[in-house]
Amino acid sequence: MSSIGTGYDLSASQFSPDGRVFQVEYAAKAVENSGTVIGLRGKDGVVFGVEKLVTSKLYEPGANKRIFHVDEHVGMAVSGLISDARQIVETARSEASNYRSQYGIQVPLKYLNERVSMYMHAYTLYSAVRPYGCSVVMGTWTDYEGPQMYMLDPSGVSFSYFGCAVGKAKQAAKTEIEKLKLADMSVKDLVKEAARIIYLVHDELKDKQFELELSWVSEATKGKHELVPREVASEAENLAKQALADIEDSDEGEM
Amino acid sequence: MAASVINTYTDPGMPEWLSAPHSTGTSIMACEFDGGVVIGADSRTTTGAYIANRVTDKLTRITDHIYCCRSGSAADTQAIADIVTYHLNFHKMELSEEPLVQTAAAIFRELCYNYRDSLVAGILVAGWDKKNGGQIYSVPIGGMVQRQAVSIGGSGSTYVYGYVDANFKPNMTKEEAVKFVTNTLSLAILRDGSSGGVVRLGVITEAGVERSVILGDQLPKFYEG
Amino acid sequence: MAFMGDTMNPAPLWHNGPTPGAFYNFPGNSSTYGPGSHPASDFKAHSASPITTTTTVIGLKFDKGVVIAADTLGSYGSLARFRDCPRVMKVNDLILLGNGGDYADFQYLKDIIEQKIIDEKCIGDGLQLKPRSLHCWLTRVLYNKRSKMDPLWSNYVVAGIQDGEPFLGAVDKLGTAYEDAAIATGLGAYMATPLLREAVDKGGLDEQGAKALVQKCLEVLYYRDARAFQRYQLGVVTADGVTVEDLAEITPRWELAHMIHMK
Repeated sequence: MSSIGTGYDLSASQFSPDGRVFQVEYAAKAVENSGTVIGLRGKDGVVFGVEKLVTSKLYEPGANKRIFHVDEHVGMAVSGLISDARQIVETARSEASNYRSQYGIQVPLKYLNERVSMYMHAYTLYSAVRPYGCSVVMGTWTDYEGPQMYMLDPSGVSFSYFGCAVGKAKQAAKTEIEKLKLADMSVKDLVKEAARIIYLVHDELKDKQFELELSWVSEATKGKHELVPREVASEAENLAKQALADIEDSDEGEM
Repeated sequence: MAASVINTYTDPGMPEWLSAPHSTGTSIMACEFDGGVVIGADSRTTTGAYIANRVTDKLTRITDHIYCCRSGSAADTQAIADIVTYHLNFHKMELSEEPLVQTAAAIFRELCYNYRDSLVAGILVAGWDKKNGGQIYSVPIGGMVQRQAVSIGGSGSTYVYGYVDANFKPNMTKEEAVKFVTNTLSLAILRDGSSGGVVRLGVITEAGVERSVILGDQLPKFYEG
Repeated sequence: MAFMGDTMNPAPLWHNGPTPGAFYNFPGNSSTYGPGSHPASDFKAHSASPITTTTTVIGLKFDKGVVIAADTLGSYGSLARFRDCPRVMKVNDLILLGNGGDYADFQYLKDIIEQKIIDEKCIGDGLQLKPRSLHCWLTRVLYNKRSKMDPLWSNYVVAGIQDGEPFLGAVDKLGTAYEDAAIATGLGAYMATPLLREAVDKGGLDEQGAKALVQKCLEVLYYRDARAFQRYQLGVVTADGVTVEDLAEITPRWELAHMIHMK
C-alpha cells in the first residue's frame, strides 16, 4: 500500500482522497495472514478444505474449528480472525433459521449469501465499527439447483465460484484449482484434490503445525453438510502426503 | 358466503356497523392436473340471508402463478390475501424469481395460525412453480397447512365430499379437470343455500393463468327432483 | 416470523392504525364509544376449542425400546377431512415423538422442535437432546401457554432411549406430565390402556410383541373411536436409533356381523 496512514485510515466511514477505504483494505490484510481455505464445486456437490494453523502445541486436537454448519444444508469455511468469523457464522445461522420459520423451507444459498453480504457490508460504512477481518465461503447442494458456492469478502462483496481460495497461499491454491476440471468431478475426487492442494500450499518453514479440515455437502450426503468421514479424510490426507513426498523426491532427483 | 356472528361487542353505545355479521358461506375448489391446477369458486357473498354480491370473484391473485380461493369472512380473507401479496411481491424481488407455492402457503399459514382467534378464513392456495409444478395447499380455520391433490372448501363443500372422492383421478387432462371442478361446484351450489350465482374458474400452468366464467343458467344439470 | 415479532408472541394483527369510531379522539379526551376507550388490542380472544383434530396416540415400552403409533386422520368436527396427517416424528437418533389434538398446534411446535435440532447439529459437538429433556421442555411450553389462558390443544407422547434405558412419557395440554410403561391419549386412554397394561404387567414384551399389541389397540380403536382411521403410522426407538415405518393399514374383521340374526 503506497500511502499508508495520512490520516485517512482511521475510520471506515471516510474515503481517502484517491477514493479508497483503508479500513476495508486492512481487513482484507487480516485475511491474507490466515491459513488457506479452499472451496471446490464439483458436479454433485461442494467440498471445503481448510489449512488450520495450530499456533500452540498446548491446544487440544480439533480446537478452534474453521468449518461450521449454518443450517442442515449449508456449510461455511472461514479464513481470517476466528472470533470475527464466528460472529458471521451466527448471523448466517439466524438468517437461515428465520427463513425457515417464515417460509417453511430451507433458505436458498443465493438469498442467504445476499443477506450475509449485506451484513458484512454494513460494517464498512460507519465510524463506530470496524469491518470484519474475515472472508467466508458458503456452499450447498440441492436436488433442484445442484451445487452452489459463494465467497464473501470483508468489503461485503461476494461472488459465486466453481473454485475459490482465500488466505495465505491463495495464489498458489488458485493456480492448482485452475488445473482441475471442476464441473466434471465428483466430491469423492474433490476431497482428495482439496487435501492435496492444502498440503501443497502449506509453508512448512513459516508455519510448522497445521490441521487439515475437510467437509462436504453433496448428493451423496442427501444435501446435508457434513464433515468428511474420518476414513475418507485420512485416505485423502495420506494421498496428499504421498503426493507431496513424490514432488520432493523428484525435486531432489533434478538437483 | 352462511351467516355466522363472531367477535361481537355488546356495548350498547356502539354503532351498529361495528357488530355487523361476517359473511362466510362459499363453495371453493382446486384440483391438480397434468401440468397445472384448476381453481374454481361460486360467486355468492351473503350478509345473513341477503346476497350482498351475486357476482363476487373469490379467486384472488397473489402472484402471476399463485392464486388463492377464499372462504370465510370476506373482510378477513381479503386482508390476508393483501398481506400475503405484499410479502410475496417483496420476496420475489429479493429472490429475483417467481416465489414457490409452498412459500405462499407458509405465509398464509403463519397469519392464519397466529391470529386464529380473530380470523375466520379457510383458504386454498393453488399455483404452479418450476420446482414442484402444480400444487394445492389447504389452510383451513385453525391455521394448519396440508398439500392435497384435490381440495374443496367453504360451507358448500360438505355436500360434495362424496362426489369428489368418487370422481377424482390423478393425472387428469386439463379438460377433464375443468369439467370435474365445474360439476363439483355446480352440485355444491345446488345444495348449499349460501353458495350460488356463477362458477368462476382459473387454470394455472407454466404459461400463467386462464380465467373463465360459467353463468348460472349455463351450469351442468343434475337430478333436481 | 420476523414481520410479526416473536414466534411465541406475535404482534397484534391490527396495530399502528386508526381505531374504528375513534377518529375524533384527541389524546386525553377519549370518546364514550366502546372501541374508542378500549382499543381492540386490549382484549385477546383465545382458542375455545381445537379445529382440525387428531385422535389417540399410543406409546408402549418393550424390553429394548419403545414403540409409538397413531393414525393419520385430521378430523374437522365429525368430517373426516384430512387423511394424511402424519403425527409420529423422529426428533433425533434418541427421540421419537407422537402427538394428538389440534393439528395446527402440532405443526407449530414441530417446526420449533425441528429448529432446535438443527441448532444443536450446528454446534457440531455430537451431543444430542435426550428424551427426558424434551419431555421436560414440553411441560414448560405447554404449561406456559395454558397459564396465558391460550393452551396448545395437544397431547404429546415422548419416547426414547436415555442412559441405555427405554423412556416413555406423556404431556397434556395443561402441562400435566407423567411417565409410564404404556400410554394412550384421547379415547385410547379408556380403551387401549387396559389392553396395554395387561401386557406390561405380564412382562416379557419384545419389539415384535409390542408392535403387534399396539396394532391390536389401533384396531380396537378403529372399531370404537368415531374419529379413528384405518391408515396409521408406527415408529420404533431402540439403542440402534429411531425408525418411522411407512404408512400401514388396519385389516378390520367384520365377520361377527353374521352372528346377528337378521329378521
